Amino acid sequence: MTISLLYALVGVVLLGIGLYSLIIYSHLVKKILALNVAGSGVFLFLVATANQTSGPVPDPVPHAMVLTGIVVAVSATALALALACRIHQVTGTARLTENEPE
Amino acid sequence: MTRKHGDSLDSRTGRVMAAISVLALTSVLGWTVWTLPPFSDRMQRLVASNMAISGVENPVTAVLLNFRGYDTLLEIGVLLLAALGVFSAVPSPVILSKSTPSPILILLLRLLLPFIVLAGGYILWIGKYAPGGAFQAGAILAAGGILLSTAAVPFNRFATKTMSIAMGIGLLTFIVVALATMMVRGNFLQYPVAQAGTLILVIEAAATISIAIILTILFIGGNPEESPTAKDEGDKAFIIERDNTTK
Amino acid sequence: MTLPAWIVSLPLLAAVFTFVFPRIRIWAGIFTAIITPLMVVFLGREILAHGAIQMQVGGWQTPLGIQLYADGLSVAMLGITAIVIGCITFYARCYFTGDVSSRYFWPLWMFLWSALNALFLSGDIFNLYVTLELLGLSAVALVALSQTADALSAAMRYLLVSLTGSLSYLMGVALLYAANGTLSIKLLATTGAASPSIATAFALMAAGLIMKSALFPMHFWLPPAHANAPAPVSAVLSALVVKASFYILMRLWLVIFEPFINPSTAQLMGVLGAGAIIWGSVQALVAERLKLLVAYSTVAQIGYLFLIFPLSSITQSNHTAWQGGFYFVLSHACAKSAVFLAAGSVIYSFGHDRIKELHGIVRRMPVSMFAFALASVSLIGLPPSGGFIAKWLYLNAALTGGHWWWCVLIIIGSLLATAYVFRFFSRAFSYSPEVVEERPVPWIMEWTALGLALCALILGFIAPAVTTLLDAGNPF
Repeated sequence: MTISLLYALVGVVLLGIGLYSLIIYSHLVKKILALNVAGSGVFLFLVATANQTSGPVPDPVPHAMVLTGIVVAVSATALALALACRIHQVTGTARLTENEPE
Repeated sequence: MTRKHGDSLDSRTGRVMAAISVLALTSVLGWTVWTLPPFSDRMQRLVASNMAISGVENPVTAVLLNFRGYDTLLEIGVLLLAALGVFSAVPSPVILSKSTPSPILILLLRLLLPFIVLAGGYILWIGKYAPGGAFQAGAILAAGGILLSTAAVPFNRFATKTMSIAMGIGLLTFIVVALATMMVRGNFLQYPVAQAGTLILVIEAAATISIAIILTILFIGGNPEESPTAKDEGDKAFIIERDNTTK
Repeated sequence: MTLPAWIVSLPLLAAVFTFVFPRIRIWAGIFTAIITPLMVVFLGREILAHGAIQMQVGGWQTPLGIQLYADGLSVAMLGITAIVIGCITFYARCYFTGDVSSRYFWPLWMFLWSALNALFLSGDIFNLYVTLELLGLSAVALVALSQTADALSAAMRYLLVSLTGSLSYLMGVALLYAANGTLSIKLLATTGAASPSIATAFALMAAGLIMKSALFPMHFWLPPAHANAPAPVSAVLSALVVKASFYILMRLWLVIFEPFINPSTAQLMGVLGAGAIIWGSVQALVAERLKLLVAYSTVAQIGYLFLIFPLSSITQSNHTAWQGGFYFVLSHACAKSAVFLAAGSVIYSFGHDRIKELHGIVRRMPVSMFAFALASVSLIGLPPSGGFIAKWLYLNAALTGGHWWWCVLIIIGSLLATAYVFRFFSRAFSYSPEVVEERPVPWIMEWTALGLALCALILGFIAPAVTTLLDAGNPF
């Protein structure tokens, strides 16, 4: 097993951990963190893919994809955290209520 | 609705089912990764062969700002959009100066900030030749901005007036360059080979400023122009009243 | 041919300008709302004359660069986007009255429009990811604009689902790149590797896109989000945003994945679609608020979209099924946005939308109720409307293959739609003795709703022209 394959598999495992935590936890900040972990797993997979070229030079396109992905993830996390803070300010709790009472 | 300390999903069966399905998904994914066909060098060779006309010497910068510059354009848009979303969702900043600036932190900042700015500028410049570029430089400058916020340094009038312009300048420069190259040469975002390096530097410089300001604002969590005063209690009552009208 | 670049850039420029110079926001918004549809019309004429258009951004050939691709289907989606958003822009001009939310509405609105345009024109799977994020974040920020506790929670839920969907999609993109070495949709179509990575990548991307399209059972985020957002936002969410991820799913299915995926997947999607139709309609029947009723109606109508999959696997009626599905997209966009705008006018006038208390509003708001009625004609699927054409194409496709059970489902769906529409109308037409305080509604708001409803009806009359447009460039 090459080193790139190991990193790729670790990325997949991180994705799994993130998804599991996203489902399990009900606190909003934990959910957001879980999404970040899962995203890091995907980025790790991409970087591992870039390393699989036959020569010494890695493929720059996945690196650019990861850079873009990180920026997008940061933006999304910031918006999510701002919303979570606002929800806490307005409702007093940092968890989503389960069912909307209609 | 009270939650116990474990704060996890409803019941044990729910958790077990979630664990099983995630485990299944992960193993299928892992097996797929294991059986992937060998990776082709084609893309790397393609990038390498086009480096000479890309205007820069760092392949990642070339891909980010030249070959796939359209993605970067949209991504800077996403950054600005996130700041907009934070402004509209949160009326007053979460973290802002409520107390007098701490003297120790101010001393530290006096020493650190010049170096931070220098490092940011260097990273921006070196992006042409080595790992670096707009996003990295912007992040370093934003670290300086975050230090300023945590040291509770108030923003002066000049900063708040030019804030929106600074936030928008990155995206604006990128689009203007893209449209200008289209009107001159006929293809969106196609830099003339001789000026490619300069254009990329201009775009990156503008983007660095925008990225630094936006990241700082995302950290502050709101619009620095809005004051986080006792409006909050009044806001709460107003919002509850609006709830009843189900708007 | 530089029009695709302008169609993407103009709303983006408007977004930046409305943010940096808030004073000109309304004029910039209206300017964009007028110019962009014109550009789309020119693009449409170009495509009808010369077939599909390809534009290499930066001049770099794929696989190195990104390709913008416009065929009849993209232009139809761009066109419906331009019409719906253009109309809603005029509605929103009156709805948001000069306070804080208005200041941020316009840049967010322009970002949403540019995201949709970029999405419909993109020919690169990673570029689609960035546009999906742009779209998702602007939609969430717009939902949170009304600042109520319900809206904020709905926006948070929507954001979490949206991010999970995007992440799943990105993992699919990563797998496809690792297996095939290219990100261009056109090139991926020609690499025929039937390795397990194709199926897994499709599963991941489909799961992500289905979450974003709110297909049953992943629909739980949609009713609160669409019901609690400001009315113009609800309209565009139901009409266009959920269709965008569906459009991506269709493109990828048509161009890349169809030969490699087990046909039972198509049947599974059809079953989920059936579940959506039944469940959404039932929930709409018991909804207490008008906007919630309309939101559940969206859940039901999205189920119809996913019937494309099983219907198109019947080989003789492949083409008809695709046309039916996208006719559905077009007419539902017009009809649902009209309905939401009318509901928004009701809330603007009376301050609430509890159905039990909306007696006799036909007399007070005749134009909005007429718009609601016309749009419902399309939602139910009665002739002459776009919805009828869509269902008729579907029935045609199903009967050609002898799959009568889909016909039964479509008819049941129409009956349920009639039921929940009339539930509201029986109240609206009933006699009401009491005097209710109301605010006069600006005429623009009522007439834009009517205009969109008329579009849904007109789509029923110009079917041959629309199907010709859809076929331009041979997307199917």
